[in-house]
Amino acid sequence: MAITTAPTITAPAVSWDVDDGIATVTLDLKGHPVNVISRAVKDEFLACFAALAEDARVRAIAFLSGKADNFIAGADIEEFVRLGSAAEAERLAADGQEMLERVARFPKPIAVGIHGACLGGGFEFALACHYRVASDHPKTQIGLPEIQLGILPAAGGCQRLPRLVGVRAALDMILAGKSERAAKAFRLGMVDELVPPSILAEITTAAARRMAGGWRPKRKRSGGFMGFLLDGNPLGRRLVFRAARKQVLERTGGNYPAPLAALDSVEYGLKRGMTEGLKREAQQFGQLAVTDVSRKLVQIFFATNELKKDPGIPNAPPPVRVKRLGIIGSGFMGSGIAGTAVAQAGVDVRMKDSDVTRVAQGILAARAILDDRLKRRRITKYEYARLVALLSGGDAYAGFGRAELTIEAVFEEISVKQQVLREAEAVLAPSAVFASNTSTIPITRIAEAARAPERVIGMHFFSPVAKMPLLEVIPGTRTAPQTVSTAVAFGRRMGKTVIVAQDSPGFWVNRILAPYANEVGHLLAEGASINEIDTMAVRFGFPVGPVTLLDEVGLDVALKVAGVMQEAYGDRLHPAPGSGIAALVKAGRLGRKSGRGFYIYKGGKKRGVDESVYPLLGAHPNGGPRPAEIMQRLVLGIVNEAARALGENVVRSPRDGDIGAIFGFGFPPFRGGPLRYADDLGAERVVTDLERLAERYGARFAPTDVLQEHARSGTKFYS
Amino acid sequence: MPGLNGRRVAVVAGVRTPFSKAGTSLKDVRAVDLARYATRELLERTNLDGEEVDEVVFGQVVPSALVPNIGREVSLLPQFPREIPAYSLNRACASANQAISSAHDQIALGNADVVIAGGAEALSDIPILASRRLADILVEANKAKSLGARIRTFAKIRPRDLVPVAPAIAEPSTGESMGQSAEKMAKENHISRELQDRWALRSHTLAAQGTADGRLTAEIVPWLPTRPGTPAIQQDNGIRTDTSIEQMAKLKPVFDRRYGSVTAANSSPLTDGASAVLLMSSEAAQALGYEPLTYIRSYAVAAVDPGWQLLQAPVWAVPKALERAGIQWKDLGLIELHEAFASQVLSNLQGFASKGWEINEDIINVMGGSIAIGHPFGATGGRLVTTLSNEMRRRDVQFGLISVCAQGGMGFAMVLERR
Repeated sequence: MAITTAPTITAPAVSWDVDDGIATVTLDLKGHPVNVISRAVKDEFLACFAALAEDARVRAIAFLSGKADNFIAGADIEEFVRLGSAAEAERLAADGQEMLERVARFPKPIAVGIHGACLGGGFEFALACHYRVASDHPKTQIGLPEIQLGILPAAGGCQRLPRLVGVRAALDMILAGKSERAAKAFRLGMVDELVPPSILAEITTAAARRMAGGWRPKRKRSGGFMGFLLDGNPLGRRLVFRAARKQVLERTGGNYPAPLAALDSVEYGLKRGMTEGLKREAQQFGQLAVTDVSRKLVQIFFATNELKKDPGIPNAPPPVRVKRLGIIGSGFMGSGIAGTAVAQAGVDVRMKDSDVTRVAQGILAARAILDDRLKRRRITKYEYARLVALLSGGDAYAGFGRAELTIEAVFEEISVKQQVLREAEAVLAPSAVFASNTSTIPITRIAEAARAPERVIGMHFFSPVAKMPLLEVIPGTRTAPQTVSTAVAFGRRMGKTVIVAQDSPGFWVNRILAPYANEVGHLLAEGASINEIDTMAVRFGFPVGPVTLLDEVGLDVALKVAGVMQEAYGDRLHPAPGSGIAALVKAGRLGRKSGRGFYIYKGGKKRGVDESVYPLLGAHPNGGPRPAEIMQRLVLGIVNEAARALGENVVRSPRDGDIGAIFGFGFPPFRGGPLRYADDLGAERVVTDLERLAERYGARFAPTDVLQEHARSGTKFYS
Repeated sequence: MPGLNGRRVAVVAGVRTPFSKAGTSLKDVRAVDLARYATRELLERTNLDGEEVDEVVFGQVVPSALVPNIGREVSLLPQFPREIPAYSLNRACASANQAISSAHDQIALGNADVVIAGGAEALSDIPILASRRLADILVEANKAKSLGARIRTFAKIRPRDLVPVAPAIAEPSTGESMGQSAEKMAKENHISRELQDRWALRSHTLAAQGTADGRLTAEIVPWLPTRPGTPAIQQDNGIRTDTSIEQMAKLKPVFDRRYGSVTAANSSPLTDGASAVLLMSSEAAQALGYEPLTYIRSYAVAAVDPGWQLLQAPVWAVPKALERAGIQWKDLGLIELHEAFASQVLSNLQGFASKGWEINEDIINVMGGSIAIGHPFGATGGRLVTTLSNEMRRRDVQFGLISVCAQGGMGFAMVLERR
């Protein structure tokens, strides 16, 4: 800039200088990796805008972030967590709205240049400004993720976004808490211009200057005729709202109030006008902010964030950087791991299986994950071509010598796994890590075949790998610390939330899942129907019921796991006597993958219960236990086993345990996980309920010592 | 042939894709994909880190207009750092040989330590050209300033302009096709139909043996299908185990239907495939822990008037290479002689014999040649170096020779040594 006129006022976060009538305002929250809007920042904003309003030299404003790859990540969540009451929360929202109203009505036009994450309150600020320029960089992500924390965009987001991009697109963003890449945001009309990052500041300033000269952007509502039909008139909007409400209820089972509140705010605002809409938005925010659901979702958010930085073990040595990943076994799991590793971590993947045809199938299956990303335009065709070239394989161990990490996903049988381990060790570099993707076999036992057991570890992925967010990392007794940190770090690069679990049968997830799955057999034997069991679990908040889950996992796999659990834990985790998963497997019903399990599957879709299952199981659905009791038996079985396993230090903390249950098998997030749920019920009540169940249904429900101890002393898992 | 500063160049390893007759199992694959695949698998087999490679050179005879520099696309494989320079070249059927020779030169000069050289050809994917008039009109339309002008330009297109032009395998200087040249050589050198057919049968028989005992397939990296339901390709598909002299005799000559002797059976087929060879200075090979298969002792290129016997130049190239190697014909323990046509092979041998050299068929093309295995123009040189090097190691032969005839009346020869 040629002339920078004094005085330049510097504040901790907001600074500006004026050049030729245009004030360039820069937000840079010192000492923070990203910009967030806190009360302090708001005060600075207000001071800054007050000064700019006064300053006669300033005719327009260009607003930019001082961070390298971040615009504004959102409102300060720490501030939000400290909110004590609905009234306080409502006030906070109203304050934010008022500030953005000032921005929107500011007498001098404001253009923003967006590069990097522009989320939540950050995007609401951008919405209040008069012109939005975004960089076309992949780091530029724009959206309103508030719903994911059980709240709603309350700084005018529910009002300004639908007015800018139409109701359908706005609801799509707000209700799912999505963020979009810049190109999509531009297509939707969320930003006015898309430019390379190198000229972002220049173009933003130019836009401000044009607006200073009286120019205003003309925005034509996109969407054409359908847009007019659905977004452009009250009647069409009513249809849209009705459909959206129905969809939300279907998706949330009525367990999450935030999307409905957001929907209401949007609708109310469009009917009654901006001012009334803002009021409604703030009220709704106030109510949501203090709900238990929001609290739980925020706790999960914090827990996942902590886990992102947690190396998995104390005093962890730095992980080995994996550039090349070996995968042995190119079946469903192997190819899922391969495809996800390429798509997420961009590593070179070499697969090995017993013959080239199998390997070829595995590579194709892994590539399907990339195909999917290409189809969703998450990657360009050039990125796709590059990623595809990272997938290769053969029927020998060629190329494994340079793999820093090798993951085996061969048949779940200890002798096969040990054989593969021996073969691999013969070709792997001495420093390479060997991970076993096993769900049931103790890592320490697999490692008995190893020359270097310190470099053997378990990495238990969940199926389908590309979609399931959890990874259990299981060190064996002789596993070296660096092996653990390498596995944890790589799991994270694959986009997984990683928990470290003890090498005991079932590890964490399958262990606490076992009583839940076993209870299905007991319930069926007592005359409950398949539908009833699944319905009760879904009503509790599970995404699918336990019977459907068994079908998804595969009944053969489930049977194997059940056998291992029974062997390890005896009667407690004993499937119902005569309960016939084995009979189903024998009859060739393996669940979804074979088209028949408890349910019938056609064309990849679940088609309803296969009634012929009951005779196979020797069961007769004739009422069975009361629905409420079905729910209780399913859930408390998990809670009891989770408490017991935590007591045995299978996971390091209740946090890891709850995250494992939520991300591993869909324990309802709004309940915070089995341990958090026990805390909420109170250990005393859990114990009483379990004792009653034990009396009626057997010792498997006997409350574990850990729970009894908490009940006696009135303590909680989370102190 | 140590370089000026005494640097020797080692052939460390070589691989190739299966060679498939054009229009068959690799028909949907582009040459660049074949080249990248072969190179990548070469890295896998040798456990070589892409970071070690200094340069990539690839040969291709009929390049795609969309991928003019195939070598660079190979060196942009994600297994390499993006900073590896690469180029592509064309010395007709000796293109991969030239790529290897050029790599040799850079290593011998001390400009590089590790080079990947190879070649690729997808004769299923040759560029089909638009007529000159259509091309002119399209260029003009592109320059048109208004829609009207553009439409007026397009209006000039006549139906005959839309007939595509396929490139022919003919000499631009004489108009004579490769087959016609082979026919001419058969007549001028008095090579009978029966002798040609016998050589072709020998090629198939030996190639089938090499495939059955795994010597030939050892250099092949299986091509994994890129679509579900298609099988992996693990072998060359031109090698025949079911043919006989009698069956071959039934075929009609292609290029001279009345008096000719060159048939589809005694010629090499149009083929898709790629090869890649890893070359290193002997110092680099030692430092990185590789045991070289062979070393390049010498090479030479010669050319004759294309209007004379188009494929007879090896008779001039081979003596030059032997002289540069400082060895005699009789010192050779194995010979890989490119088989474009049986008439050309027998003409070349006749030429060698005329120098007083004894022709020992037992050491020539011991696993068959291009007639059976196939001949992807740009890739064959890499196959010859790989096949010869592997066999020299198996038999522990000290000196081996490669002889290749090429379009334009050129001949290429290279001497490899084991120690």
